[in-house]
Amino acid sequence: MSRSFTFRNGVIAALLLVLILLPAYVMLTGDRFLLTLFTRIVILAMAAVSLNLILGYGGMMSFGHAAYLGIGGYTAAILCFEGIQSGFVQWPAAIAVSALFALVVGALSLRTRGVYFIMITLAFAQMAYYLASGMARYGGDDGLAMESRSQFAGLLNLSNKTTFYYVCLALLFASLFLVWRMTNSRFGLVLQGVRSNETRMRAIGFPTFRYKLAAFVIAGVMCGLSGALIANHTDFVSPAMMFWTRSGDLMVMVVLGGMGTLFGPVFGALALLFLEQFLPAMISAMVRPFNPAGAAKAGEYWQIVLGPLLLIIVLFARGGIDGLLGTLSRHLPGSSERGHG
Amino acid sequence: MTLFIEQCLNGLQFGLLLFLLAAGLTLVFGIMDLVNLAHGSLYMLGAYFAATFTAVTGSFLLGAGLAIAATLLVGMLVEVVAMRRLYGRDHLDHVLGTFGLILFFDELVRLVWGPEGRSLPVPSWLNQSIQILPGIQYSAYRLAIIVVTLAVAAFLYVLVMRTRLGMLIRAGATNREMVGALGVNIKLLYTLVFGLGAALAGLAGLMQAPILTVQIGMGENILILAFVITVIGGIGSIRGAFVAALLVGFIDTLGRAFFPGFLADLLGRQAASTAAPALSSMLIYILMAVILVAKPQGLFPASSR
Amino acid sequence: MADALLQVAGLSKRFGGIVASDAIDLDVVPGELHAVIGPNGAGKTTLIAQLTGQLHADSGTIRFAESDITKMPMYERSLIGLARSFQITSLFLDLTVLENVLLAVQAHAGHSFRFWSDARSDAALREPAMAALARVGLADRALQRASALSHGEHRQIELAMALAGKPRMLLLDEPMAGMGPDESARMVAMLRELKGGLTILLVEHDMEAVFALADRITVLVYGRVIASGRPEEIRANAEVRRAYLGEGDWERAHAR
Repeated sequence: MSRSFTFRNGVIAALLLVLILLPAYVMLTGDRFLLTLFTRIVILAMAAVSLNLILGYGGMMSFGHAAYLGIGGYTAAILCFEGIQSGFVQWPAAIAVSALFALVVGALSLRTRGVYFIMITLAFAQMAYYLASGMARYGGDDGLAMESRSQFAGLLNLSNKTTFYYVCLALLFASLFLVWRMTNSRFGLVLQGVRSNETRMRAIGFPTFRYKLAAFVIAGVMCGLSGALIANHTDFVSPAMMFWTRSGDLMVMVVLGGMGTLFGPVFGALALLFLEQFLPAMISAMVRPFNPAGAAKAGEYWQIVLGPLLLIIVLFARGGIDGLLGTLSRHLPGSSERGHG
Repeated sequence: MTLFIEQCLNGLQFGLLLFLLAAGLTLVFGIMDLVNLAHGSLYMLGAYFAATFTAVTGSFLLGAGLAIAATLLVGMLVEVVAMRRLYGRDHLDHVLGTFGLILFFDELVRLVWGPEGRSLPVPSWLNQSIQILPGIQYSAYRLAIIVVTLAVAAFLYVLVMRTRLGMLIRAGATNREMVGALGVNIKLLYTLVFGLGAALAGLAGLMQAPILTVQIGMGENILILAFVITVIGGIGSIRGAFVAALLVGFIDTLGRAFFPGFLADLLGRQAASTAAPALSSMLIYILMAVILVAKPQGLFPASSR
Repeated sequence: MADALLQVAGLSKRFGGIVASDAIDLDVVPGELHAVIGPNGAGKTTLIAQLTGQLHADSGTIRFAESDITKMPMYERSLIGLARSFQITSLFLDLTVLENVLLAVQAHAGHSFRFWSDARSDAALREPAMAALARVGLADRALQRASALSHGEHRQIELAMALAGKPRMLLLDEPMAGMGPDESARMVAMLRELKGGLTILLVEHDMEAVFALADRITVLVYGRVIASGRPEEIRANAEVRRAYLGEGDWERAHAR
């Protein structure tokens, strides 16, 4: 509750500062690749933030969240393909279609619990996946290229990488602000009550279904918008965006960063994409002294490290990165002689 | 008509194969309350093992036997090293932990067998057609799959319903402490059950291998189908898994075979050719959604939960 | 009794061949603390479940504040002022003590589709919640996680949650179960303070507590009411003695 300065808040502030100043660094060094990577991180962080709203705060184990990335992305790309390039149309449309999909999926699946809920959300995402593969006009399995980025009547030029990055970052910050307000509101308290003990919530008089459904739709909308951003970022959409392993990735980001914490999903997205990007090089570097010839090849097998790492995090570090920072905060200030042991 | 009968047999064959996968999943879920996404990886391993062992020994049967034994061992190893630590935790932990295992196994297979797929040829003695009805020929290999899977289903039925091990399995599903108190080594029981599930997955993988190709990620699509089956059937119910597997096998196969024609009449041939396979894949998920909305616990809810 | 707040008439429930409640009549008048006692298996749990709406009676009626609530669902009963505390504590363990009680207040404060303003600093929620916590003596632990508190304190939170809804009547299902002597004594003292201001139906095993607190006592045996009256009447009742014969509870309560 208290907003005093802790190690964790320091790290969060530093992270936000890095995100804001990144384009300046890129301008100085000319490292365009870094900007592309961070744009992707920011967009997926927004998707993870939306999943965290229902998974982390609401306890709803949705295993089909990547469907909204695809739905938002496809809405934008299809409109573009059909000649409607205005972002003022594309983005609200992405939001509307995602909301509708979430409303239907939520209304049907929130009747079930536990594993049944996990599986039915997964099934609906698979439906969206196969639907996209079946749309012959829009490329089917091969996906659909987005010929030009969303147009905002000359106000914003999304083809400019720095502008686009800041648009994404602004939307991420807006999502974080929204989630922050919501989770502290009456609505958010209900959501957390449902996560903690839904039977009791009903016993004291809350009709929990409608609150869960509302949260489900809000999360879908947020993720749908990040889908429209992804489509703009890669200039391309394909059914693969919605495959169930992508939904798994989003879950991993949320848990890796720290479920039910505001900034956890941002840390999670950052960590997962960094691992994806740099683990190969790290493995190569570690193997090189022993086997110089095989070092480059060894780096290709980075997931062999990531998989067990994930298992270890699940088993031993449920709080994720945010939990780790919290632990460090309690040990670091004022007790420097103890180190972080 | 001939085509229809052939497709029905294909549906039966695919459904029975899916049952092998779903049976392992539902056993593990019913008894250990564990959601195992890595089940598809064991299916994949079964296929890779069979491809290698068959190539080495020169005999399909010997290769298959060795592959089943190897998947059984891998399954038991995975249980001891990883799964055991996940019992009693919530399902999100299971999903994430076993998701990690999928990444690990996919990469391990790439490391050991390389990125290219393998092929496992149909053994020559099964590579023929048999006349099953006057005027109707059917692949001997697919027929063999039907026979083997039916035998395995019967074996499972006897094992679970008629033996001491089965009694322990059923008791363990409803009352863990009781079984423990009776002096049964529950840890060993769980390891065996998980190994059995793995061996069934391996068997499914190796039998499917000659029909499809052996490749990385082959388990990920079919895993979801197997999950759909366990959910439709009612998690923990072997009988439910059997019924649901046949249902899904038929719908998937017949959908793929006849839906395109139906769609071509509706949309025109060009559009139908891409849309049909995708839409017939959707049929199963629509079926599942409908069933779960009507019966949120599946068709045969296990009585204990 | 015409002025009874809760009026139970002819309430019956059977499970197969077992009669769990057998034509139970019970009146609770405003302001009294009415205790229901009985040996194990007497049907106390079934009675509570019927009163809260978890179980529906086979026959008989339940009237609360002049209206028939026999068929009313659980959450509506809680909204018209019939609050219960659970025998098995069922709290929001990963939320703070204050949040637990805030939710109880919020349940009675209209819909919760309010997305923007901070609920924890909302005076309309916070003040009644803190008042309820103060009444059970937990005000200073408001910001701790519920899971960090002891079993006895969980019961106090339960009580605060029941109070937070400003109920007209409180159903207390074995509030002393599993408590040590110190915690029990604290709970008795607390209930004595609440008594009078609030109508309470108390189902309890602890005879000492029941005789110390109750204005009237109803004794259930095998689902039937065998006696109902003031504590001294119950103590003197021959049938009650017979029912409890050999039960240590009765001896102990009587030894005082």
